[in-house]
Parts: sequence; structure tokens; C-alpha cells
Amino acid sequence: MTNPSPNLQPLVLVVDDYDDAREMYAEYLEFSGFRVAQARNGQEALDQAFALTPDIILMDLSLPIIDGWEATRRLKNDARTSTIPVVALTGHAMTGQSDEAKGAGCDSFVTKPCLPDELVAEVRTILARRGGAAIR
Amino acid sequence: MVSYAPLAPAPASTVDARLALAEQLLACDSARGCARAVVEWLPAHAQALAAACVAREEPGARMTCLAARGLSEAQQAALAAWSDTDTAHPLADVLTQAVPRFFPKERAPLPSPGAQGLFAVPLGRAGSSPVGLLLVWASAPELPAEVAWVAGHAGPFLARQATSGPLAAGGAELFRRIIDAVTDPVLLTDLEGRPRLANARAEALLMASPDASHGRRRAVHLNQRVFSAAVASTASVGQSGVSWREVPLVDPVEGLDLLFELVSTRVYEPDGREAMVSVLRNVTDLGRATQALGESYRRLRATEREARSERHRLDRVLDSVADPIILSDPSGVTVMMNEPAERLFSLPPEGGRAAQRRVRSNHATFVSFLANVLDTGGSPRWRGQLSLVDPTSGATLPVEAVASKVLGEGGELTGIVTLFQDRGEALEKARLLERLKEVSTLLEARVQVATAELAEQNEKLRRQAIQLEQASAAKSQFLANMSHEFRTPLNAILGYTNMLLQGVSGELSAPQKRNLTRIDSNGRHLLEVINEILDITRIEAGRMPLHLSDFVIPELLQEVMAEMDPIIARSKLTVTTHLGARLPPVHSDRQKVKQVVLNLLSNALKFTHEGVVKVVAEYQPSSSMLTICVEDTGIGIAPADQEKIFEDFQQVDSSPTRAYGGTGLGLSICRRLADMLGGRVTLQSTQGQGSAFTLHFPRRPRRT
Repeated sequence: MTNPSPNLQPLVLVVDDYDDAREMYAEYLEFSGFRVAQARNGQEALDQAFALTPDIILMDLSLPIIDGWEATRRLKNDARTSTIPVVALTGHAMTGQSDEAKGAGCDSFVTKPCLPDELVAEVRTILARRGGAAIR
Repeated sequence: MVSYAPLAPAPASTVDARLALAEQLLACDSARGCARAVVEWLPAHAQALAAACVAREEPGARMTCLAARGLSEAQQAALAAWSDTDTAHPLADVLTQAVPRFFPKERAPLPSPGAQGLFAVPLGRAGSSPVGLLLVWASAPELPAEVAWVAGHAGPFLARQATSGPLAAGGAELFRRIIDAVTDPVLLTDLEGRPRLANARAEALLMASPDASHGRRRAVHLNQRVFSAAVASTASVGQSGVSWREVPLVDPVEGLDLLFELVSTRVYEPDGREAMVSVLRNVTDLGRATQALGESYRRLRATEREARSERHRLDRVLDSVADPIILSDPSGVTVMMNEPAERLFSLPPEGGRAAQRRVRSNHATFVSFLANVLDTGGSPRWRGQLSLVDPTSGATLPVEAVASKVLGEGGELTGIVTLFQDRGEALEKARLLERLKEVSTLLEARVQVATAELAEQNEKLRRQAIQLEQASAAKSQFLANMSHEFRTPLNAILGYTNMLLQGVSGELSAPQKRNLTRIDSNGRHLLEVINEILDITRIEAGRMPLHLSDFVIPELLQEVMAEMDPIIARSKLTVTTHLGARLPPVHSDRQKVKQVVLNLLSNALKFTHEGVVKVVAEYQPSSSMLTICVEDTGIGIAPADQEKIFEDFQQVDSSPTRAYGGTGLGLSICRRLADMLGGRVTLQSTQGQGSAFTLHFPRRPRRT
């Protein structure tokens, strides 16, 4: 969890209640050079986001306590976190969920299964789109 | 008038005897007396064995035996049994010849014992035809002179008295007065009609004094001519007896036309000459009456003929009516019937006992029907249903009979006309209608039952549909959840495999890499299955909406080829695309079209080892349909399997050791997607030679 060179690399908050998935993405993101924070449910995600102000949040939508849509909505409604891009991650591929996710304020929508390298490519794309705000 | 011929001079030899006879004859006032005197005299003075005197009273009449001596009654009767017209009789011959004749004993017409023969001597006035015969049976064949003398002397006496009878003697004046008293004209004429004797009436009609007027003389002259001609023609006919004839004459005084009936009789005058007695009877009034009667008859006949033709015409009119008609008189007796009625009420030409019975039965039915009409006083019409029988076939003929009274001018009943109408057809129609109603009622009942059943079934179906919908929703939910539950671990499996292969956990040996690659491949296959199941679930749940947009086919194919490029590169197959001329822009669901083409192409690549794969896009303007065909030179599909492969989870080879992978859902999804686009997927294939799958879809979706 600890990053040897803090503030140099973008901080990614990975929110997923499924440990294997969350840790897998966290490991690959760190392997790819990102700093990573983790949260296991919506509440934790909100806490972490307000505390750490990550550069990007990977949000699983099916979450205990507070679900991903609600958590995203709150983040987007809070001045401290409203500019942080949120990438929705879901194993539900039924139509309409992507729209719902966008309605909740998600910036991107990724259907599981999503291979770690594909996810990292998506993160990089979004951070690059945000321009100079992101640190290479 | 009556005249007397002079007697022949008597022979001197037997003068006394002859004188005695002559005196006797002069004293006789009848032919019979005269004859008797002769017959008495002959045996005594002329050696005659027997004698007879026969005579006729008028020409053509029977001979009468005036007197006989030495003959039996039977012989006397036989003498009279002939007439002078019996030319075959030998005595008639003598009469005609007027010459005495001897008949030897063996040829004599009348035998007489002891006599040698029979002398037949004609009697009459000299110069006239004889009026009788003197028959003398003698012992020698010489005619005794006495016989000749008697015949010559008695003949004129006999002739005179035989024809004129007792009146001849001196009654001329009386006779004249008698005939003048007759009111009808009476005349004696010769055979040419010239008058010899006429009564007053006749003279008025037929004679005119020299001082008469010219007109009267002419009228009389005319009458004479007409009358003479009539009498002459009557006489020339030559028949004896009385004859009648009509003669038109003129009244010489008044000049009026008169009609007379002429009754003529042939008579002999005393001198033996034939003459005609004519009586004229004025039948002018009778003639007029006859004429009027004739006219009446003629009119009657004409009327009758007219009536007959009228009746005939009426008969034909009645016969031409197809329905039977009977005309009855007031007592109910049939007066007339037309032909159709005859067929019912008359015995047919070859009808047997059965037909006879049927006709009688018909008759009885009709009579009892008519009785109703006759019983009802006021009602002019009577209607009734009768059950008649066809005499020939015996078939029942239900008829409606309508009897109408025919009334005379005074309101009296003159007849009854009965018309029969066949009710068979009407009854049959009524029967059919009844049957139809029954069937209709039955049908209605059945429909009601069926409707009730249908409602029940509909209710059941509705419930089943709800249940099915619920079940379907539950299934979709289940599949969605299952898909999610599969994906989550699969995500980790694929993710870690990917990371290991990328060397996140350090470098791997070649066998480790190979094994990880297999894990990755199997994981991806599992993911494919999950995705396809999810697709079908979404389609079935109606949660795959159409996203219509405008796009062009070439660009879409380019995209497909680019996506499939890695697989194409591995396959070593030649894959080409062919675009038909004038491919128009399309308004459809691009994603779905693309998915179908991708599916078909990946199938083609999978089942083709060598050769080519062609993707051909074309447009058919006539149907506004686009076709995208994927042809391969692969293993092909047997005809029996060509439909099966479109079903869920179906593969041609579904054995555990099958050579080709795949979920068996690809074509099923293609078909469902094509269906959503308003199109279809077709297949042409020959086993071992290749397949051609074609997606057909409309350029614009049709409104549904």
C-alpha cells in the first residue's frame, strides 16, 4: 500500500467488494506504476475519496452498504471530489446499466471481465484526456 | 175420260152359249163377277178341265185370282203368288209377250191332274198391254176356239173393270163434283204432264180462259210448264206408288210466289193407258216456316259451332294451365276437367287395379271436399288441404284445393271451379327450413359451448401467459445473476492468467507459459458462452432494443474485416469482400448487423481448412432488401442438419469428441437478431463443398 515515491504517480482508488478482483487490479496497477488505494464498499470508497482525493476511482457498482451508483452520485455532488473521474466496473452486462451509471456521474463504463492490461489502458486514456492535471 | 172399246164379233157356231155369256158379262159390274162368269162358262163349253182368271189391279202389283174352277185352295193361292215384275215367272213372260202360250204338263207352273197342259191366254184391251191371264187346263194341246173367243171378249171387260172399279160405271158427274170439292188442286195428266182432267182449283192455277188478262195468261203458262216438267220427271223415274216433290208456282191472280207439294200417283186409265194423278198441296206457309226453321237451325248450328270452338279454346286454355282444374255442376258432378286434372282423376291408359284404386280414392277425396263447398251457404270460396295420390306412381301429392262458386246473373249457383295447387314443393321447403332451423339451433348451442370453452381456454392461457411471463422474467433474472456470478470469478481467473503471462510475478518457463495460455483460452471460451447466453436472454426478455441509425455497408464490412484480422491471419485462408453496385445507405441497427456478419464470418473461418471465404454484399431494389452472404469452401452441412443448426446449443457434431469448438448458440443468435431487423438468415450448403450463409434485411425497418 505504501508508495515509495508518493505524489509522483497518480493515485487510483479501486473499489470492489470481491477481494480477488480488487487485489488483482491493485497489484497490476502498482505493477504498471500507479499508486493504489482500496475500498471494499461504498462507504469506505467515500471515506477514502474524501481523505485521499485520488486521481481516478475504479468503482464496482454492486457494493454492500452503499452501492456504486449511490457512492458515485455522492462523490459527484461533493465539491471536494466532483472532478475526480469515476470508471464504473460491472459484471452486469444487461442493457441500461451503462446509461444508469452515466446518469449517476460515471465518466466511463467497463464491463467485467476486464483484463488488467485493458483496464490500465482505460485508466491511462481517461487520465490523459484530463490533460495536465494528471502526472505522468 | 172413260171410254168404252167395241166388243169383238161373236163366232156363229156356239152362238147361243156365247150370247148367254155376253149377256152375263154385260150385266157384270165388277171384274170379279165377270171373271167368275168366264170361269164357269169355259168347262162347260170349251172342254176345259179347270180354269182360272188372274189379273192385277195396277202395274207392278200382285196378281189376284179373280175366279177359279177345278182348283184347290192352295192352287188358287199359288196363282196369286207372283207379280208381273217377276220376270223369271213363266206366266209373267206371257203377260209381257201378250201372246197365248201352252205349257205342257211336265213344265207347267201349276200342275193339274188329268190335264195335258196349261194354256195361258193374255186378257186385255186390244192394242194395250194385258191386265190379266186366263188359265185353262186342257186335255189336248190345241187351244179351243171357245177359249180364244172368251179371252178376246172378256178381256176388255176385265181390263175396264179391273182398273176403274165400281166408280167407272156412270159416276162421271158425281166424280166431277167430288174432285171439284177438294180444296187442293187435283189433276189427271198423261205421263208428260199434260192435263186431261183438272178440278176447279187446278184449273184456276193452270188454265186460263182466252179472255183472261195477259199477266194471268203468262202466269198460268209458266205454272203449266213448271208443273208439266215436275210430273214428267216424276213419271220418268218409273217407280210405282206415290211420289212427293215440291213445285214452286205463281198465284195467277195475286202474282205471289207459292210453294206446292206435288203428290203424284201412277194410274191406268180405263183404256189401259198409263196416266198420272197429281194432287198439289199449298205448302207456301209451311215452306216459309221451313225456311225460317232452316235459318234457325243454321243459326243454331253456327252458335253451336261457335260454342264448340269456344269450348275447345277454353279446353285448351284450361289444359295449358299446369295446375289441375275441375269444373263441377251445382250438384257436384264433374262437368269438365283439364289435362292435369285428368291425370289425377282418370284411369291412365295402362293403369292396373292399383291405379284404378288410386283414381277412386282421389275421386272420393275430391267429392268430400266439394261437399264442404256445397254445404257452406254464403261463402263464395272454400280452401282445403287434400292428400291426393299419383295414379301411376302411387306417390302422395299434397295439394291445396281452392273451390270457387260460379254464380249466375240471378245469384244462383251455376257451377264450381276447383283449382289444385301442388303443395309438395312448399312442404318440402318448409321441411328444409325446419331442418335448417334445427341445425342452426344446434350450431348455436355448439357455438355457445365452444365460446364458453374458448373463454375458459383464454382464461387459462392468460394465466399461463402471466405465469410464463413471470417464469421468463425469473429465468432472465436468474441468467443475469448467473452470468454475473460467473463473470466475477472468471474476471479474476482471466486477470491473474493475463498478469502471470505478462510476467508480473516474474519470468515463466515455456511449459508454464503454455499451460497458462490454455487456462486463458478456456477461460475466454467460457466467457464467450456466458456472453452468448446473456445475449439470448436479453433478446428473449425483450431487453435488446433496436438502435436504428444510418450507415453504409462498405464501412461496416471494413470494420468487421479489421476485427477479424488476427484470426484471418492465423487461418491462412483467402478472405475477400465483394460489394454489389449501387449499395444504398441503410437505416437499421448497425451493431446487430455487424454482430451477425461477425458471427457468420467467424463460423466460416472455423469450419474451413483451405480455400476461400467470400463476403458478398448486394442490394435488391425490387424488394428493398440487402443481402450479406458469407461463402466458404469448408466442410459443408448435410441437408438433414441444415435447419437444426439454427437451434439453441445445436451443433452438427455434438459428441464429446467433436472436432470443433463453439457454444452452438452463434447461429441461433444470428437468426434472432436477423428477425429483430425484419430479415432472416438463409443457408445453402453441400456437404464437403462449402456453405453460404446469407443475412437478408430490409433497407429500412418495416413498421410493425
